[in-house]
Amino acid sequence: MQSMTAALEVGDVSFLGAESIDTESVKQEEKVDRDNRTTTGKQFVDNPRMTCRDVNVYYDDNHAINNVSIDVGRNEVLAMIGPSGCGKSTFLRCLNRMNDTVSSCRITGDIYLDSLDIYDKSVDVVPLRAQVGMVFQKPNPFPKSIYDNVAYGPRIHGLASTSAELDDVVESSLKKAGLWKEVCDRLDQSGTGLSGGQQQRLCIARTIAVRPEVILMDEPCSALDPIATATVEALIAELREQYTIVIVTHNMQQAARVSQRTAYFHLGDLIEVGSTDRVFTNPRHRLTEDYITGRFG
Amino acid sequence: MMSSPFLLIILSGLACFAYIQGKRRAFSFTGTAGGSSALHSRPGYYGMLTAAWCVLPALLVFGFWMAFSDTILTGLALKTLPASMQDLSPAHLNLLVNDLRNLVSGHVAARDIDPVLQQAADQFKGMERIGRIALALLMFSVAIFSASLVYKRINPEMRARNHVERIIQSGLIICSTIAILTTIGIVLSVLFESIRFFQHVPVTDFLFGMKWSPQMALRPDQAGSSGSFGAIPVLAGTFMISGIALSIAVPIGLMSAIYLSEYASSKVRAWAKPIMEILAGIPTVVYGFFAALVVAPFIRDSGEAVGLNVSSESALAAGLVMGIMIIPFVSSLSDDVINAVPQSMRDGSYGLGATKSETILNVILPAALPGIVGSILLAASRAIGETMIVVMAAGLSANLTANPLQAVTTVTVQIVTLLVGDQEFDSPKTLVAFALGLLLFGITLTLNVVALYIVRKYREEYE
Repeated sequence: MQSMTAALEVGDVSFLGAESIDTESVKQEEKVDRDNRTTTGKQFVDNPRMTCRDVNVYYDDNHAINNVSIDVGRNEVLAMIGPSGCGKSTFLRCLNRMNDTVSSCRITGDIYLDSLDIYDKSVDVVPLRAQVGMVFQKPNPFPKSIYDNVAYGPRIHGLASTSAELDDVVESSLKKAGLWKEVCDRLDQSGTGLSGGQQQRLCIARTIAVRPEVILMDEPCSALDPIATATVEALIAELREQYTIVIVTHNMQQAARVSQRTAYFHLGDLIEVGSTDRVFTNPRHRLTEDYITGRFG
Repeated sequence: MMSSPFLLIILSGLACFAYIQGKRRAFSFTGTAGGSSALHSRPGYYGMLTAAWCVLPALLVFGFWMAFSDTILTGLALKTLPASMQDLSPAHLNLLVNDLRNLVSGHVAARDIDPVLQQAADQFKGMERIGRIALALLMFSVAIFSASLVYKRINPEMRARNHVERIIQSGLIICSTIAILTTIGIVLSVLFESIRFFQHVPVTDFLFGMKWSPQMALRPDQAGSSGSFGAIPVLAGTFMISGIALSIAVPIGLMSAIYLSEYASSKVRAWAKPIMEILAGIPTVVYGFFAALVVAPFIRDSGEAVGLNVSSESALAAGLVMGIMIIPFVSSLSDDVINAVPQSMRDGSYGLGATKSETILNVILPAALPGIVGSILLAASRAIGETMIVVMAAGLSANLTANPLQAVTTVTVQIVTLLVGDQEFDSPKTLVAFALGLLLFGITLTLNVVALYIVRKYREEYE
């Protein structure tokens, strides 16, 4: 625990350091005009986990994502906010090639996981999705028992050779997801019988069980009540120590609570990126400011 | 002039008029246009109530006439006949009534026409004409009277909507009652005929008898007069052919459903699915001669080529063709239930790095299982009830055999052969058809109950 907090502090300090210089420069500048759609703020970080450069996404003729370049740092929570239809979910689904399942979708640009170009022809999408896991907006546990839900990933990836090992994986995943105490005596019951918040944590446990490096979360709390939301948010804060998390959210308070960096999307453009504190207290772009202060969206 | 359609058209015209008048009267209470808030119900309901009261009593009169006019008129016509004719035995009287009917409807009677009978027929016609005019008058006066009664009572406090809804509700109840009563009636008639059969042949002989040879002697002293009515060989044939059909249809149907719903592009799906469903639309008699003229000879020839003894009518031929026929039952329904598995299930599985086949096998099929089982059982009850293919391709001889290359027969085929042609309906030979029907009904009912049970059990577990 001690070492963890230490690591946290180091991370925070480095961010603050970078941002404090930013803040200096902002004070002298005018706000960026609404018509200017180039990204402002600190898009890139040192030693990133994921690197995205000039990403464009088209659905048939519809240009859904326009030239987005952004880094996702290690052990950080990156929140993506923006009005509905701004492309944040589409962009999130690019990060583990979930858009491959949509036949009309076309993607250009480069996305790297560490040094691996995930859209390279030689890359197999199956292990990639194990490395970059995903939690969906609506809890979608499989119609199986709680145990089988968590064991599903390890089984198909062959991560456990004996049933004892599988038991361990299931238990540790459920513990990490903060669900173990609630379900340890009814692992054989259906996962769909849990409450909404428990289902979502079960889905997180299921994702953790395949030992991903990055977890993508697409509005994970939008179907949950405030108490369940608080539990999941606390869980995200804990998971950050081991994983890199990208979260899409409509709830700006949530973005402010859980994330270290925030990216604001608007109609397919990445408008502004920066440390969460800076983006929420001192947005540099007029559009960001309008959204955060509730003038639209 | 006063024919039934004509009366009904006039009645519907009256109903329209009553509707308009009722609605208008309701409007007259609102004062200004758009100010209908003083009324209990919307004006249309007052119109509908008036129309309903116009039509329903009149229809009741009409129905009463349709049901009883013939009996009453015939009775009256017979009364005019001389006493010697009236005292005939019931059977002869029946013949007389038939002649009378023929004369009335203008058909030429077989015999020379008795002038007395002709007179009675003329009287029948005359009375019918008068009766129809009376019916028309009665109907319309009832319609106008009851409609105007309601019309008079229309006022803003009248709960017209509740009345109309109650009338509609009783109409719905009557419709569903008819459906239920028909089912019960069919089951009961089959049951009673079966009981008559079981008075001749013990139930155990029927259910567990190993020999099927439904002959009855024409004369008591005839040789070989004892028929045997053991249903086991017939049932075995039914199950063998259905089993062959299902073992063809389930794998092919299920695989094509998986292909269509998971792998095929929407273009392929758009033309492939209707084509597969055409299979279900081909008349079974076409399948029948396809089985008898193409498949059965082919099986016999290829069987002989490898030295097997194949009869020219074989269970295999009928089963194969029947299997092809029921493919669309499995594929189309399974395709629907697989498509109904929410996309979020697929996303969840892909998001964990599962491949398409892993996703289908571990997530989609289990989730769709109740529907798939349902489709298979539906196909099974279709296969068990199928007749035409088996009549033409599987033969009539009731062999108790496990060899699909021999001719077998099924329950449905035996029912057909027992009842085709002129038959007496008091011998076990024909009554056994009802017992077989009851047995078949019992089997398909059990299948359906099992299907429902499975579907419900898994649904509880999965949703």
